[in-house]
Amino acid sequence: MASDTIRTLLEQAFPDASLEVVDRTGGGDHFHVTVASSRFDGLPLIDQHRLVNSALAEPLADGTIHELRITTRGT
Amino acid sequence: MSTLREQIQDVIETEPVALFMKGTPQLVMCGNSDRALRALLDAGAPVVAVDVLPDPRIRQELSEVSGWPTIPQVFVNGELIGGADITEELHASGELRRKLDEALGADREQTVTTVVLAAE
Repeated sequence: MASDTIRTLLEQAFPDASLEVVDRTGGGDHFHVTVASSRFDGLPLIDQHRLVNSALAEPLADGTIHELRITTRGT
Repeated sequence: MSTLREQIQDVIETEPVALFMKGTPQLVMCGNSDRALRALLDAGAPVVAVDVLPDPRIRQELSEVSGWPTIPQVFVNGELIGGADITEELHASGELRRKLDEALGADREQTVTTVVLAAE
């Protein structure tokens, strides 16, 4: 299940994070991830999103994730 | 003829606000592209839009240039500001308008232009 893969990848990249992974359409390829982590503290939004994108590089590249919405928060 | 990558770089570097999107402003083909376009228009941006759908290489080259994996992508004065989520968030906080005022002046003209990239 793609949401589990996404959650695992985000947990590995942001061990301290509180995470939410929502399958927006129920189809298993449109996701909204919300990540709150101390790693985002002081970083511009674009760099916060870059960190999330790079954690999910593989499912983004292989088409597992067709659409991704990202919400990030510092602590 | 310039390569596709040169054309992409040219749009990014020369257009004050470049939006790489799925579809065109007249016929938006994706909800996220629509969100980014609306935020830009609401903030009074002159938008130069490039449709990535006609050729899959546009998207591939763009992501290699920007290091950003998804569409849409918004650039202001050559700098990637982000995708739909960031553009919306910056618009909601008023920062997008401030950024545009800073980059282009507050009395800018609002225009919407569509660029079609044609590689050989």
